[in-house]
Amino acid sequence: MIESKLKIATCSLAGCFGCHMSLLDLDERLFELAERVELDRSPLTDIKELGECDLGLIEGGVCNAENVHVLMEFRARCKILVAIGACALNGGVPAMRNQYDLKDCLEESYLRGIGLVNPQIPNDPEIPLLLNQVHPLHEVVKIDYFLPGCPPSADAIWTFVNQLLSGQPLALPYTQIHYD
Amino acid sequence: MSEEQSFTLDGRRVPFQAGQTIMAAALAAGVYIPHLCFNREFAPHGSCRVCLVGVNGRMQAACTTPAAAGQTVESETGEIREIRRGILQMLFVEGNHVCPACEKSGACQLQAVAYYVGMLAPHYTHFYPRRPVDASHPEAVIDFNRCILCELCVRASRDVDGKNVFAVQGRGIEAHLVVNTPSGKLGATDFSIHDKAAQVCPTGAILTKHRGYEIPIGQRLYDRKPISVVGDVATLSESKGGRRHD
Ligand code: SF4
Ligand code: SF4
Ligand code: FES
Repeated sequence: MIESKLKIATCSLAGCFGCHMSLLDLDERLFELAERVELDRSPLTDIKELGECDLGLIEGGVCNAENVHVLMEFRARCKILVAIGACALNGGVPAMRNQYDLKDCLEESYLRGIGLVNPQIPNDPEIPLLLNQVHPLHEVVKIDYFLPGCPPSADAIWTFVNQLLSGQPLALPYTQIHYD
Repeated sequence: MSEEQSFTLDGRRVPFQAGQTIMAAALAAGVYIPHLCFNREFAPHGSCRVCLVGVNGRMQAACTTPAAAGQTVESETGEIREIRRGILQMLFVEGNHVCPACEKSGACQLQAVAYYVGMLAPHYTHFYPRRPVDASHPEAVIDFNRCILCELCVRASRDVDGKNVFAVQGRGIEAHLVVNTPSGKLGATDFSIHDKAAQVCPTGAILTKHRGYEIPIGQRLYDRKPISVVGDVATLSESKGGRRHD
């Protein structure tokens, strides 16, 4: 029997999907990865319910109530939780709104924006409520590993995932560590 | 001729001259000790604490501690690396450092030192302070979000340019950089982009206007080699990707 594959889940919270694009940038290495892991909930699958996973990779920080909920669910179901990319690590570009009051941000976009027709602040109950500030993941749950970059390169993700899956100590080469 | 004196740094013999600090002697011997507020052209400031070393077992700033014969100095130990990493992490969460949106990224000393000490993430809770950006000057912009209070611009403007454009006001967590005019605006001063003060900032807090992102990612100052090999952005000429005017 083939030994069971490791289960990995991924998600994008307050991110731009750039880190997931970098993951796809693994190109043919994805085949090698697919031999060893099975994807659970992820934007790359259609699984809606998160199962018990060995590894969770999270892109993006936390900007609304739904992000908090998803993040806590990932923490509860993933043995190892990894923050990937600048936004997950320090809030990144979305956290630049922390310089302003939330009310001012909303009014600037939805009431005072250029070319608006029927200006109003969206308040449909389906839309998750925004938090006053954007936060990095480690301010909400315990994070086991951090991988910086905006986004981290596919090479950095490859090094990281390989070292992690084979139980080696994590050590990225100099050129694979950057904050931008 | 005076007899050559020396101390040991991580087991290596480092000669020094009377009056030299541990930092100056190490630098002269080609040994890198990470630093931010130190710049060999200015009197040491001793404020960032990144240059912390163990001197005969006691933690001291290498840039302000005089070298003495027979000292045992430790720099690259696991413990010291960890303390330095903690200092860097505190510097990062205290300001707003959005490297992906910063023009100095890749050629920023703060970032490069953080890479050097192995900082992967900021670890602490972010302050997200609200600080202004001053774009009132025709040639330069100051983004106070990125200021680490190293006072190099203060020292350069006062001691080299003779203009006294900058100062640090307030104490402790209230300490912040100010521009010495009633309006507090850089545009109201006689600051010039040719001033020494425009060439010494280790971060992206002081930027030259009308120039940006000239060097592609992958070729920037610290993209390929660490700061211990490349040197400080303020001491390298612009033609080499640094800040110093040729
Ligand atoms: S000053 Fe340096 S550390 Fe701060 S945002 Fe700019 S590149 Fe990043
Ligand atoms: S503006 Fe730059 S040089 Fe001046 S104190 Fe801040 S970090 Fe140092
Ligand atoms: S470099 Fe020595 S304290 Fe800043």
